[in-house]
Amino acid sequence: MSRPAHRFTLLSRLLHWTMAALVLAMLFIGIGMVSTVSPRYAGLVSVHKSIGILILVLVAIRLVNRLLNPPPPLPADLPRVQVIAATASHWLLYCLMFALPLVGWAMLSAAGSPIVVFGGLHLPPILPHDVAVFAVLRTAHTVLALLLFATFLAHLGAALFHALIRRDEVLPSMV
Amino acid sequence: MPGDVDRNAPTPDTATLLKRNPVQALTIAVVLAATAGAFAYVGGFVTPHRLGANHFVDAMQTAAGGPHAGFRRAHAKGICIAGSFVGAAPGRAISKAAVFGGAIVPVTGRFAEAAPDPFAKDSSEAVRSMALRLQPAGAPEWRMAINDTPGLHVSTPQAFYDNVVASTPDPATGKPDPAKMQAFLAQHPETVAFLARMKARKLASGFFDDTYNSVDGFLFVAPDGTKRLVRWSMEAEEPFATLTPAERDAKPANYMFDDLLARVRRGPVKWRLVATLAQPGDPNRAAEVWPADRPRVVMGELTIDHVESEATGNCQDVNFDPLALPPGIAPSDDPIPFARSAVYSVSFRRRSGEHKPPSAVANQSAGARS
Ligand code: HEM
Ligand code: HEM
Ligand code: HEM
Repeated sequence: MSRPAHRFTLLSRLLHWTMAALVLAMLFIGIGMVSTVSPRYAGLVSVHKSIGILILVLVAIRLVNRLLNPPPPLPADLPRVQVIAATASHWLLYCLMFALPLVGWAMLSAAGSPIVVFGGLHLPPILPHDVAVFAVLRTAHTVLALLLFATFLAHLGAALFHALIRRDEVLPSMV
Repeated sequence: MPGDVDRNAPTPDTATLLKRNPVQALTIAVVLAATAGAFAYVGGFVTPHRLGANHFVDAMQTAAGGPHAGFRRAHAKGICIAGSFVGAAPGRAISKAAVFGGAIVPVTGRFAEAAPDPFAKDSSEAVRSMALRLQPAGAPEWRMAINDTPGLHVSTPQAFYDNVVASTPDPATGKPDPAKMQAFLAQHPETVAFLARMKARKLASGFFDDTYNSVDGFLFVAPDGTKRLVRWSMEAEEPFATLTPAERDAKPANYMFDDLLARVRRGPVKWRLVATLAQPGDPNRAAEVWPADRPRVVMGELTIDHVESEATGNCQDVNFDPLALPPGIAPSDDPIPFARSAVYSVSFRRRSGEHKPPSAVANQSAGARS
């Protein structure tokens, strides 16, 4: 593979791969913790909240960075549908990276539960105690998490398609 | 090579590309399928025998003859309480938790009967419970949910689940199959021993003269970092009274709640929080009681001066998660509280999304507050 003419900035790449690892870990920790009643449950839930809030902080930085450093152009010969799909899915990923931690924080607020992250930092509630709101947000958290996983799969498939089949500059621009 | 792309020619359309690169296309499909499969595996979707919190709540609902919408899947019939807690100096020495600091700590909570039917007549056999939320100013809160039983009937989440399944009514007869319970008891001598202790105990006459036990072992963390395995009890300061089975049967359907309201109308009710310290070798298994001579430390005093029916926003809408612990109190290697935390979360989620009819004891209150 030749050196890409256009590349994401170092900060963009760092944020992308750090967050890719964190988001993927969160999906697996989340789905795993709700499937067990073993002593691992408590530790997983606690890590889940901490990484979730970390993702919220990072995605805010990343959005600012993206507005300041627009991504390199997609290959000029990419079919229009795929350009639209790429752009839309990237914005969907951004939305979900904001929405999941916010919904997680909001739902625990509405549940009236203590929200402890990083081993002792107590976050204030961002919504009043209301279990009907909790019920809706709790379901939203599940649905959005599954949507994020599905979008991630499509994103992974697309990245591999660019790398293995089109062999264009898309993957090199991110590594 | 068929997979090669001529960099100068315009890129063919996607379908053509895929057809020309079958190995690569297959590789991508395999990677995606493996990722989705790993997700499904971790989520327990391909291992239905792995016990998750949903299985517990499903089984408990089935054993109870179906869910009661809006109510807790256990300890369904309850009433909200409020008051305060003041920590004692000996308590401060073994746990650095802010609740023991000595200031007046606001408390809210709930008394309940453990049965899953929120409209059952107050029974003579019922397990009674106290749930509390201690909220010291400017410090993390402590939640507990404790029972008036001498231990638990089992020591592991799996045994709890198996017991629920064994006591599920057979759809044909409407009654649990005695053979299944016999088989369970044959494998669980600790349950047989627990049932004998339950039979031998004297039942308190009401919520106000009853003593409630953490049952599970937790760690108290001292200011110097020393960790001690403890169980705690809320010991009634009210003189103990008991009723004969005939007296209980003659009482009205909600007598436990009526009597509590009447008692609090006369004035506050108090409990002493006492920690029992494990000695080396004491089993940290909920079904096993510790010898009676274990050191006891008075941690503080609880005062309940207000009782009110369940309503939106009060104790009804709280998940008394036994792992909502402040620094100074930590889970131990007793596996039960972890399972409880996961299962209560599911029960709480389900009831939160349902319309709840009024509780058996509705629109009543007694005591000091508004
Ligand atoms: C859950 C994990 C992931 C998330 C949330 C994520 C998110 C994103 C987002 C939002 C973009 C748009 C660029 C930006 O603003 O940063 C992007 C671009 C990209 N991602 Fe990911 N990504 C994830 C995982 C991966 C993985 C595993 C790969 C590769 C195997 C990958 C490869 C790429 C590539 C090649 C681009 C550049 C696309 C372009 O040129 O516009 N990503 N990713
Ligand atoms: C990118 C961020 C996040 C992702 C991808 C994510 C994903 C998930 C997933 C997959 C589940 C399990 C599925 C379900 O039962 O709904 C879950 C559950 C949960 N998440 Fe998140 N989550 C994120 C952020 C957060 C945050 C920030 C919090 C709280 C501060 C949080 C709190 C929870 C809780 C409390 C549960 C349920 C635990 C239980 O009921 O046993 N999540 N999450
Ligand atoms: C694995 C064992 C156990 C399971 C599966 C279990 C299950 C449940 C469930 C589903 C609820 C309803 C929760 C809600 O909707 O808020 C509940 C409530 C409760 N449980 Fe357990 N339980 C277990 C062990 C224990 C033990 C050992 C104790 C006592 C020390 C206990 C005391 C309580 C109390 C006091 C409540 C009512 C709390 C309230 O008033 O909100 N449970 N339990």
